[in-house]
Amino acid sequence: MTDLLYSEIEEELRASVRALLSDRCPPESTLARCETGEPYDRGLWQTLARDLGAASLAVPEEAGGAGASVREAAVVLEELGRAAAPTPYLGSAVLATTALLALEGTDGDGGDGGEASKLLASLAAGERTAALAVPLSAMPGTGAFPLAVRADSAGTLTGTVTSVADAAAADLLIVPAEGRDGPGLYAVETTAAALAVVPRTSLDLTRPVADVTLTGTAARRLAGAEQAPAALERALLTGAGLLASEQLGIAEWCLTATVAYLKDRRQFGRQLGSFQALKHRLADLWLEVVGARAAARYAADTLATGDPDAPVAVAVAASHCGELAVRAAEECVQLHGGIGMTWEHPAHLYLKRAKADQIALGTPDRHRAALAALVDLPAPVG
Amino acid sequence: MPPANTPVTDPDELRRRTQALLAEHDPAVTEPLDFLRARYDAGLAWVHFPHGHGGLDAPRALQAVVDAELAAAGAPDNDPGRNGIGLGMAAPTILRYGTEEQKERFLRPLWTGEEVWCQLFSEPGAGSDLAALATRAVRDGDSWVVDGQKVWTSSAHNARWAILIARTDPDVPKHRGITYFVCDMTDPGVEVRPLRQITGEAEFNEVFLTGVRVPDAHRLGGVGEGWKVAQTTLNNERVAIGGRRMPRESGMIGKAAATWRERPELRTHGLHQRLLSGWVGAEVARLTGERLRQQLTAGHPGPEGAGTKLAFARLAQELSGLEVELLGEEGLSYDDWTLRRPETVDFTGREAGYRYLRAKGNSIEGGTSEVLRNIIAERVLGLPAEPRTDKDLPWKELAR
Ligand SMILES: Cc1cc2nc3c(=O)[nH]c(=O)nc-3n(C[C@H](O)[C@H](O)[C@H](O)COP(=O)(O)OP(=O)(O)OC[C@H]3O[C@@H](n4cnc5c(N)ncnc54)[C@H](O)[C@@H]3O)c2cc1C
Repeated sequence: MTDLLYSEIEEELRASVRALLSDRCPPESTLARCETGEPYDRGLWQTLARDLGAASLAVPEEAGGAGASVREAAVVLEELGRAAAPTPYLGSAVLATTALLALEGTDGDGGDGGEASKLLASLAAGERTAALAVPLSAMPGTGAFPLAVRADSAGTLTGTVTSVADAAAADLLIVPAEGRDGPGLYAVETTAAALAVVPRTSLDLTRPVADVTLTGTAARRLAGAEQAPAALERALLTGAGLLASEQLGIAEWCLTATVAYLKDRRQFGRQLGSFQALKHRLADLWLEVVGARAAARYAADTLATGDPDAPVAVAVAASHCGELAVRAAEECVQLHGGIGMTWEHPAHLYLKRAKADQIALGTPDRHRAALAALVDLPAPVG
Repeated sequence: MPPANTPVTDPDELRRRTQALLAEHDPAVTEPLDFLRARYDAGLAWVHFPHGHGGLDAPRALQAVVDAELAAAGAPDNDPGRNGIGLGMAAPTILRYGTEEQKERFLRPLWTGEEVWCQLFSEPGAGSDLAALATRAVRDGDSWVVDGQKVWTSSAHNARWAILIARTDPDVPKHRGITYFVCDMTDPGVEVRPLRQITGEAEFNEVFLTGVRVPDAHRLGGVGEGWKVAQTTLNNERVAIGGRRMPRESGMIGKAAATWRERPELRTHGLHQRLLSGWVGAEVARLTGERLRQQLTAGHPGPEGAGTKLAFARLAQELSGLEVELLGEEGLSYDDWTLRRPETVDFTGREAGYRYLRAKGNSIEGGTSEVLRNIIAERVLGLPAEPRTDKDLPWKELAR
């Protein structure tokens, strides 16, 4: 039976991540940081990844990790969402790590499995930070391998990948590329020559995206046609499933902050939170947050246990939580009135993160379309 | 053998007792009622109830162990749909507030289905504001004389007993002057008249109470404490309506999905979007219920249950409405408007048109969705109550 609760260990992990974030990542400092050239807090990321071991949770002990699972990583993401924290956790500890994990210890296939293992261990230890070079909007389950980058016979890569999450904070890129003998996964150092990582002006100030341009860039092949597509799919599926936990965290913050504000703020001689029109909206939001917690836990648990229901669980969680986080953030802005519209108030950090997360790794609508095939509810013909 | 009356917490022990029951009362050759009584006496009726009252003081979650063994053996069940109010609301209230004699008298025939129960709470002037009720109960020696009118009383036409709340003191504020009774539906002063519903049938009734005598021994809880007792009933009502374990695609989504699969010619793009959203909503609600059960089993009940009925009602209405629309021309017909007096209620029974109409009641019965939102906002989120003028005035001075 799937376990939809949080274990004691998960609650302890949550408490230490939450303590770290409330200490080191209050909204004021995120706001101050997001307009500098250094939107990520590298010190915070080091503490999270290295000292708390958050980057190693889903990596088995034999591979240099903590031997926990993506369930624990999901708890970290809940807290990162709740704090709208600017760290490359999704890109490095989830997307890149999952892709490497799928290759771990598998030599042959024209790739270097030993190299993948080494990189994995360095990511797990928090020594290095990686990004998966796909647009953040890429979604699992399409069956199509990206064609944006070509690998030539010399093993160098050429092409442009737009809107890559966490690329600007990475020292390593895991790049899907199409070669003469089919798809492959390659490792590229961000210090390499003939590589440009150009940050975009991103909607989400706390998880900026960047365009990656490779022009005959040196790369090491990690996997060939047999393993690369499955590893990429695994990474995208895991990413979409765990992102639901981040969306849950965003929604929880927005609900809590809004409830607190409406208890405090008085108009018409009474607390605004006593007006039924507002109470009912918040009750409905609460109900959806409760549902999101169950859906996100189910997705994380099926991914952790290799349950064949994982694709359905991910599609359900992604479509429910993706919409919920945006709604929660929109309600948060609206119910704060004028102050909610200011740059100074953190509500916009959550709104922007939520809106970008809604597009990330498949929109709710695309996940419902995927579900249609998974659960045999076909679209009309024509 | 553990000493009598210690809680049974071991699933294997429950399995063993269930097998012993089956060995002694082979369902294949035992009268269903005899089997159900024997099951009750073996403590396997509702295992979380106390020893001697159909249970073994076991964790509630272990009921599933017993039910699975009994189902596998083809044992009869107590047809819970026929006595939902008895099982879901009267029983937990009697358990909590009843005397030993009351538990002894009422619980066994309630559970076996020999005696059906109904709920005499709502009145023409007291619905969401139930505490405003006007039915009077006046003390007369060892009994009470009850006069008034109740309404929307489901199953009153089948019921042997009713849970009843009535005003025993009009001189104090409304929540304080109410007392809770068990009312004999065969009393000559009880008159039940069918009320026809939008489905055509008459599941519920209006009930006129004229000089009905209720012995004081049938009072549940103290005089004037009926509001508190009624909270137990109402909280259980909301659990009963939304809280069962469900496989994927059970309930209304299963009906709509089946029609979608069987009838490709009816499909449209807009309905496809709504169906998929409904499917996600139903699956999220199912997982929420499952998570709630896991919390209860782990001994950490959360406030999440407060939303179960709200979510259930919304989904049932959306999906049943979608199915009628999907059916197109067939949706123009209805199976049968004959005034029937159903013995059981099945929200997913009959045809799409019936399901659509019956689902309208889901957001009214057992506390309306608006009232449930108030409860969530105030009790779960801690938002302040709206200013009220009716709380501290004596009931008889309230504007009506
Ligand atoms: C199918 C069915 C079966 C039933 N079975 C039984 C039964 O067996 N026994 C029994 O005792 N009762 C039964 N009921 C009655 C049910 O509990 C009441 O109908 C319900 O509590 C609402 O009361 P009301 O009908 O007086 O509506 P009202 O209270 O008059 O409400 C009218 C509308 O106003 C809204 N409203 C009321 N108060 C507020 C508020 N404070 N804030 C916002 N909105 C508000 C309501 O949500 C509703 O939409 C049944 C009802 C149905 C539909």
